[in-house]
Formats: sequence, structure tokens, C-alpha cells
Amino acid sequence: MNGTTQQNEENTVQTDSAVQPLLSVRDLRVAFGKKKEPNEVLHGVGFDVYPGETVAIVGESGSGKSTTMHAVINLLPGTGRITGGSVLWKGREIANLPRREMEQLRGRDIGLVPQDPMSNLNPVWSIGFQVEEAIRANGVASGRKEVKQRAVEVLEQAGLQNAAQRMKQYPHQFSGGMKQRALIGIGLAANPELLIADEPTSALDVTVQRVVLDHLEKLTSESGTAVVFITHDLGLAAERAEKLIVMYKGNIVESGPSREILQHPQHPYTKRLVSAAPSLASRRIGDDPSVPTAPTSTFDLAALAEETKPKVGKGEPMIEVSDLGKIYKLRKGNFGSEDFHAVSGATFTVNRGETMALVGESGSGKSTIAKMVLQLEKPSSGSIRIAGEETAGLSGRKLFDLRRTLQPVFQDPYGSLDPLHNIGNTIMEPLKIHNVGDAASRKARVLELLDQVALPRELATRYPNELSGGQRQRVAVARGLALKPDILVLDEAVSALDVLVQAQVLDLLAELQRDLGLTYLFITHDLAVVRLIADRVCVMQQGRIVEQATTDEVFENPQQEYTRNLLAAIPGGSIELGVS
Amino acid sequence: MPEPKHPIPEHFVAPFDETPVAAVDAVKIDEKKSNLWLDAWRDMRRRPMFWISALIILVVLLVSLFPTLFTQVDPRAADLEFTKAGPSDGHPLGFNNQGQDIYARIIYGTSTSVSVGLVVILMTFVIGTIMGALAGYFGGFVDTVISRVGDIFFSIPYILAAVIVMTVFSEHRNVFVISLAIGGFSWPVAARILRSEILQVKNADFVMASEALGLSRMKTLARHVLPNSLAPLIVATTLSLAAAIVAESVLSFLGVGLPAKDFISWGNDISAAQRDLRTAPMTLIYPSLALTITVLGFVMLGEVVRDALDPKARAQR
Repeated sequence: MNGTTQQNEENTVQTDSAVQPLLSVRDLRVAFGKKKEPNEVLHGVGFDVYPGETVAIVGESGSGKSTTMHAVINLLPGTGRITGGSVLWKGREIANLPRREMEQLRGRDIGLVPQDPMSNLNPVWSIGFQVEEAIRANGVASGRKEVKQRAVEVLEQAGLQNAAQRMKQYPHQFSGGMKQRALIGIGLAANPELLIADEPTSALDVTVQRVVLDHLEKLTSESGTAVVFITHDLGLAAERAEKLIVMYKGNIVESGPSREILQHPQHPYTKRLVSAAPSLASRRIGDDPSVPTAPTSTFDLAALAEETKPKVGKGEPMIEVSDLGKIYKLRKGNFGSEDFHAVSGATFTVNRGETMALVGESGSGKSTIAKMVLQLEKPSSGSIRIAGEETAGLSGRKLFDLRRTLQPVFQDPYGSLDPLHNIGNTIMEPLKIHNVGDAASRKARVLELLDQVALPRELATRYPNELSGGQRQRVAVARGLALKPDILVLDEAVSALDVLVQAQVLDLLAELQRDLGLTYLFITHDLAVVRLIADRVCVMQQGRIVEQATTDEVFENPQQEYTRNLLAAIPGGSIELGVS
Repeated sequence: MPEPKHPIPEHFVAPFDETPVAAVDAVKIDEKKSNLWLDAWRDMRRRPMFWISALIILVVLLVSLFPTLFTQVDPRAADLEFTKAGPSDGHPLGFNNQGQDIYARIIYGTSTSVSVGLVVILMTFVIGTIMGALAGYFGGFVDTVISRVGDIFFSIPYILAAVIVMTVFSEHRNVFVISLAIGGFSWPVAARILRSEILQVKNADFVMASEALGLSRMKTLARHVLPNSLAPLIVATTLSLAAAIVAESVLSFLGVGLPAKDFISWGNDISAAQRDLRTAPMTLIYPSLALTITVLGFVMLGEVVRDALDPKARAQR
């Protein structure tokens, strides 16, 4: 830890003479919990941000990347407090500054774009009101008209169309991207010198992410605002920032120029991160299969992806979807309704042992298809045949039996397991529901499944909240496999996981597919992941399948404009990698 | 990107030995088992308030079950010779206006209060759970009907309702009737609390997962949704036990509670003692004190349970 600081200080000594850093953090320590038994989460973090510079702090959840920046602006949640070190803002100490003075600084000098656009806008006030509030609080403009004008301006700058009309709307009328634009607008309302963007686009679709980030980049470079990106996405960080800070368990393990770090990662953790990042790995796979993966790579994803490829077209059709449509009635006005075509004319076939990826942005209808295939929603038109059997009109006993061949794994690893049931009971539940075996054989099956998903058997008596997201997702996979189904429907099953864990789960899925001959319907928004796991891809846009081909065809020779956009929007795709 | 106006950053690498890299997603199984209820119990166990309230409640329960263990004096025996007499040997709290032993009456009155309290919360809990669960989980028409019926009950002040019920049943007043009068009008609160909780829980992925497994809706409700929704209702119920005990006393005080000739109750005694407030204040104060301590015990327990079941409150202590 001491070495960290010393070396960092040396860095500054060399460079300090040229330009004064805007923000200078030295040996920052933050602890949570009781005074007597503090739980230190930052162990002496130090870095500089210069005017106009874009810095990205990269790390997995729990690495301390958000905590660092929250400590800087004194917004640590709960019992969090700075226990050591210093934070200099233009040479002035601001660690543990009185609240009032800090409030002066926040917003005006340091803007913040928070992580979750869904919960960071107050649902009971109109967007306009909230932007105006920020403008008034920062004293950028005064007078009703002026404030309003500035608010419209800010929203327009943030790339919101029809900003004047949108001002009267409420957050629930905004899409995720629009909300994030509004938040960026609020963050930049006072032309701060530093903008902290905490995972600003992690909840957004890739194409929206690209547009929002492009826009943010343009705005900040015009005004010379320095930006600190907090992100888990290495590709995004490398693409958007000149300087990269890699954090791991409350320490900075590596920092420096982005490209250099990506091309010559030095620290074992960074190496691991670089080789597991799907957005970057996707460049490698297929380009030259003879090149072995990095020696530090724990998961041989490239090799796995290679192995699954020859399976295309093998086996009989397991899922046949033809001309599938789903219409929702949207309430319009007080009376009457409007048809909303969530899915229309979807046709595809998935063969045994094959992985079909349904890719699309939110609202493209991919999850609706998943729900219809899982028989959780009834199709409005078209048909779904599972293992050759028509599912329309199936009910009662037959539907119940069908569920044995078809199992889901859902997106949210925190929501998909009942917190009050232990892991053993959770995995056992499908066996109980379907009356498979007796108590002893069920227990044996649970242990077998735990082995299959590479979790220790002792976990059977544990509860979900003791597990990490990746471990929970493995439990969900084990539950899905309990009835020995032929098909797994994976709805964004790895989207919520950190890259390393995501790689591990994908690895597991590929292995299970190989061993058990499973058929996967893989629903995801992340094209980078698709490359690693899928044999064939359906690209969806607004309820329609716009392109359907093998994974290689889609990636190497996309036919549709939309697919090309999606591919181009994968962050970091253009960066050449050199894993040593 | 703009022309860099700042120095080019150095490539810094932390010493490996100071930042060791652990296995990805390693499983920790050396820690204690934990889920909502286990954590809550562990948290409560450490709080003195829990033990104090548990002690009070235990004593109160003992007294109500075995009053003879605490006094040998007949609480009904009236000797006008001792009217409002002060404490004497074997009569630690003295006598009331009727010349009855105050201590004995408090001891024998406990079971009335406690049983009314328990019956009421049991009733609110059961009715509230059924109504709230059905309304929240099935929604739509069921929800509309249950919620509106609840609103009707809710709109009548329960004291007024209880007074009416007790007047109607003036001939057959007993513990069950008075509990019905109190509990019959307080379930809508319980139902509402549970309903709103269920509305949240039913959207969880694990509910959809169970449905996709083929579990029937009723079983999903009973096995997954309800257990995950009960915590706030349990807290509210624990707290309302105190309110029910007070309500019994209030009704008795108003003269529409349990008939004084058949039942010994704190409320009746408090009511009877108000005339002697000036001459013998202790006849009023002692039963009130018993009521206060009992209520305090249950309120404290409710608070502890609430804190223990709310992970946020736990983290902030």
C-alpha cells in the first residue's frame, strides 16, 4: 500500500511543474461500519485529474471505484467516512469539508451523473422542474424565464429532442436513454470543471450508449470539462478515456494511458480482466484461432466458442417458432385502446445442441418471445412447437409436462432465487413440483447438480443472500437443469455479472451444453457475449427479426444497417489488443 | 479528443505482492448461515431491549395463566371494612372502594387483557393475511372487491364500531365478542400492509421462475410470495397487540366492555376507581401502571422486531 502512494507521488513530482491538477487524491482511505471495528474499503488510493482530461476508473463491483469518487464529493452512503489521506481540489483540501462548503462545490464545480437513471429522477416532479431546480441551486441563471430557457438549452445540449415540450413530462414518460440524457443535462447544467459519470450508461442499450457517450464527449471537450468515468466496462473505458485507473479490492492495481494498459497489461488482475472482457475478446475469436489465449486467462473462451461452432444444423429441431406475434393493448386516453405489436412475424428454428441468440435492444420484443416460448405469455398469433409438439392450446397436465423439457434462467441473479429458501431446497423445488424421485434421490440429485455447476456441496444448506451474483446465477442454472430438460431459455442470464464472473458462467454454460447436449435460447442485448456463446443469431428490432444468420456471418458480414450499428456500438471494438 | 493540455500519465503498476489477486468468485462457506429470519434473530439476541421486553411478556403470560402462583387472595372478596385502606400485611397495594384487594385484582385482571390482546391480533393477522394476500396477488376484480370492503370497514372509527357491537351484544359480552368488536374493524390495516408488500414481491423473478416450473398460483403464493411479504405485517401486528389491550380497557372504561360483575379487567377497575381519584389515587394508579407496563413490553418487542427485520435500520445502528 505504501508503495502505491510513493510511486504515485513520484509521478506527480515529475509532472507537477507543468500544469496544476484539478483534482488530486492522495492515500485516500475510506471505512464503513462502527468506529471501533471499521471495515476499510479503500486502502490508500491516489491519482490526479488534470483540466480537460478524461479518466476512467475501471473495476468490478465492490472494487471501490464508486466509493472513491463518492468520497471525493463527500457523498459516502451510511456509515462511510474518510479515515485518511487527502483530496485536493485545485490545491485546496476538500476531504471532510463542512457540508455547506461542499454543497457549494458540488454541482457548480463538480457535476455528477449518477448510475441509475431509473431511480435518480424524482418521479413526482416533471423533468423540467428538476432541471430548473439544479440550475437555480447552482446559481447559473436567475429569473423564471432565464432559468427555463437555460433548462431547455441544457436538455437540448444533452441531446433531448423537443426539449421544450419534454420539460412538462414526468420521468416515467421518458425512456432510459432520455432519462440519462436529462441527468447528464443536470450534471452539466452549471458548466462544472469536473464531471463524475458513475456508470452513466450501464442501464442503456449499446446504440443509445454510444450516442449518449458521443454526445457527452462532444459536450465536455467543447467546454473543456474534465471527466471521471466510473465503469465496469474495460472496452468503454479504453475507448472514452485517455487515462485508465484499474481498481481491485480497494487498491489501484494499475494506472496509465488507456491503450498502453490494454495492450500491455502488467498486473495479473488487469491481464485477467483484459482477457475476459467479451467486448475485447470478441475481436480475437475467429480472427485467428491458432493464436492461443493469454496464459493468464482463466477461461479458455475462445477455444470453447470454437468448439461449439461445428454444431450448426446438427440435431432435430427443438424450438420451432413460426410467424409468432404478440399484441398488447395499450390504454389510450380514458377510453379505448391501441394495439401495440410487441412481436410480429417472428420465425426461427433452434436445433438440438445448438445455441440461438436473440439479440436486440430493450423493447425489441426479445424477452416477450422468451416468455411465449416458456408459456408464460400466450401468443396472439403464430405457433411455437417445442420438440415437435404444438404448444398452442396446451393446458393443464400437458403444459405441466412440457415444462420439464423447457427451463428458464432469468436475468437478475438477486431476484430469481427465493431469499427464504436455502440453496438445496431451491434446486430441489422443480423435482418436488414434478414429483420426481423420493427424498433421498432428490437430495442426491441436488448434490450432483451442485457439482455440475461447480459449487461446493456445502452450499446446499446456505441461503441466497450469502452468495455472489455469479454464484446465484449458477444456482439458477442448477435449478434449471434439475429436471434434465432439453432446452434452457436464458433471459439475459449473464448481463448483470462482472466480466470475470460472466466469463466463468459462460464457460460453465458452454461446458454443460457440450456434456448434456442442451439447446439454448439465449436472450441478450450484448452482442459481444453472443459471439462467445451462440451458433446462430436473430437480430431483433421493434418486434421484428431483421437479420438471422450464423454468428460468424452476422459479425463478419452484417446485411442490415441496424445490425451494423449494433456491432459498431460495442465499446472498445476498434481497439487492437495485445495481451502479453 | 481535444489536444491534451495535461501531462501524459505514467504507466503505474502496483506491486503484485501488495495487491494479491484472489480466485474469481470464490465461495465463502466459513461464515454463519444467514437469511432474513436468522439475521433478525441474531440481531435481536444482542439487544437488551429484546430481553427486557421478553421478560415483561413472560411474566405477564405467567401471571395470566397461573394467577394463583402470585396471590392467594380472592379478588372478588369484598370487605367494606377495608374500603380504600392502605397497604397491609398480605395486601401490598391496599384496597379499593369495594374493599377488594387491589393486587389480587390486578393479577386476575391480567388474563382478560392478555387474552383479548392475543385473540384480537390473531384475528387481524389471519383475516388481514387472507384478504391482503388475495387482493395483492390476484389483483383485478378480487382486489377491487376486497379493497373496497376494507375501505368500508376502515372508514368506521373502530371505537365507535366497537361500542355499537358491544351494545348489540350487551347480553352476551365475553372475551370473544369484545375481541371481535376490536379485531373485526382493524383487519383492513393489516390487509393493506400485506397487499402493498405482495404487490412488490409478486413481480420478483423467483415468482416467475416458480410459475415457469409449473407451480400453481396458489402454491406459489403460499410458498414463495407470502413468506417473503410477511415481515412488515408481523411488525405491525406485534405493535397492534398493545393497542388491542388498550382498546379493551377503553371499552371497559366506557362501560361497554366486559361486564364488571363477571370479568375482572384492568379497564373496569380503572373505570371504577376514577371516582376515588382524589381520596385514594392509588386505586387508579396501580391498575393503570399494570396496563402501562404490559403495553410497554409489547411495544418494545414490536420495535425490536421491526428493527431486526429491517436490514437498513440494522446497518445504521
